[in-house]
Amino acid sequence: MSRYLAPVFTVLGAIGLVYSFWLVFNDTPLQYSMQPSDRHVVLATGSGSLFFNQKIFFWHVPHAIMLFTAVGVAGVSSIAYLWKRNPKADDIALAAVQVATVFGAVTLLTGSIWAKAAWGHWWIWEKRLTMSLLLWLTLVGYLLVRRYAGASGERIAAGMAVFAMIGVPFIYTMVGAGDNHPQAGSEGNVATLNKDMMWPFWASMLTFLSWFIALTITRVQSARMEREVRELREKGLDSGVLES
Amino acid sequence: MSTLSHAARIAWKDLRIELRSREILYTMTFFGGLLAVVYSFVFPSNADMIKIAVPGMLWVSIAFAGTIGLSRAFDRERENDTMRALLLAPIPRLSVFLGKAFAIAVLVLGVAIVVTPMLWLLLDVRLFDQPGVLMLSLVLGSIGFALVGSVFSAALIKVRSRDVLLPVILYPLLIPLFVAGTSVTAGMLAGNDDKVWYWMGFLGIYDAAFLVVSLWIFESLVIE
Repeated sequence: MSRYLAPVFTVLGAIGLVYSFWLVFNDTPLQYSMQPSDRHVVLATGSGSLFFNQKIFFWHVPHAIMLFTAVGVAGVSSIAYLWKRNPKADDIALAAVQVATVFGAVTLLTGSIWAKAAWGHWWIWEKRLTMSLLLWLTLVGYLLVRRYAGASGERIAAGMAVFAMIGVPFIYTMVGAGDNHPQAGSEGNVATLNKDMMWPFWASMLTFLSWFIALTITRVQSARMEREVRELREKGLDSGVLES
Repeated sequence: MSTLSHAARIAWKDLRIELRSREILYTMTFFGGLLAVVYSFVFPSNADMIKIAVPGMLWVSIAFAGTIGLSRAFDRERENDTMRALLLAPIPRLSVFLGKAFAIAVLVLGVAIVVTPMLWLLLDVRLFDQPGVLMLSLVLGSIGFALVGSVFSAALIKVRSRDVLLPVILYPLLIPLFVAGTSVTAGMLAGNDDKVWYWMGFLGIYDAAFLVVSLWIFESLVIE
């Protein structure tokens, strides 16, 4: 069963990618913001209209949501790993962090492109930007530790993932109340999106969720195989079948 | 109770080593002074500007000096391979962690107490108008730093590139702590009590949450 999961989600993602691209460029209206009432977000900064740039929203938001999901997945599986010492949990944590690093990079890049168009700056120190950047830096730190800390790298990195998960609410509180991140929809959540944009948005969400699942499963499987090869090799060396 | 008394014994051992050599204290004091000199030419010598930048300077000094002191404190255990002896001792691992973290917190606090007057002296900012508030924020900041720092320094003790990896691990996790500390100091300089106590509470909750996680995680990270 699990052998088919990754291919199925890959195919779903590939179909979804074509379909959601088509929807986003064909069906969603060109406009200033997600809602006419949100024009102040753009107009207040006096940097003109968004028009085409607004479409980046359909990639930016799903990637950002996957980034935060992955940090949760990595944190929970790291707790499981440190508690039960089951290396399978560690494989999941590593895969989640690897995929989250890529998704986080896409989030920051697409966000920067949007910000240049809307606010006139590539980067501002705004609540969610700061939060995403900090989380992303923690993930990169996790990968550096795994790579350079030798044999104990797995445990130390797992500890880092747990602390990172616990730290999320603190980062959220820290970056303060003045959240002027552009909101989707009239009431600030995607459930209140314009009707024209609702389905393209969800199509895009499902697409990137499929990619996320497909990539994570593939990474978990390859991490598992790498471990098995390593263990078999050690067994072979111990029994004298293999020579070093 | 015995957990705490064992912890106190380990902390006292660490502090006594430091009191005899005064290595970390002297070198960190010197380093803190150097940082103040560096700040004096990094930032324009404009009184208003310095007043805005000083809270950040103070907490960056604590972060830098603390990190160096932290790795030195654990190097002492590594050089004689005494970390293994500590872990083998017939006492709860919790005592080892609490003792180590307490000693580190005292060291970091010592560094902070030495660096603060230097900033006051060299940059002419009224940091001592509310000594109680300043002290409380430094104590809470040192505790948070020592908790996370001890967990990861102890875990990295056998790793070759530990000096590089320690800041890579610590700084992303500790940024909320440093931001809160900076905000307390900034609120204090601006006479804004609401801001001071909001961030003081933040520091307290941060310390409490990370204490719980550290206590749980320390054992699984330092197993040899």
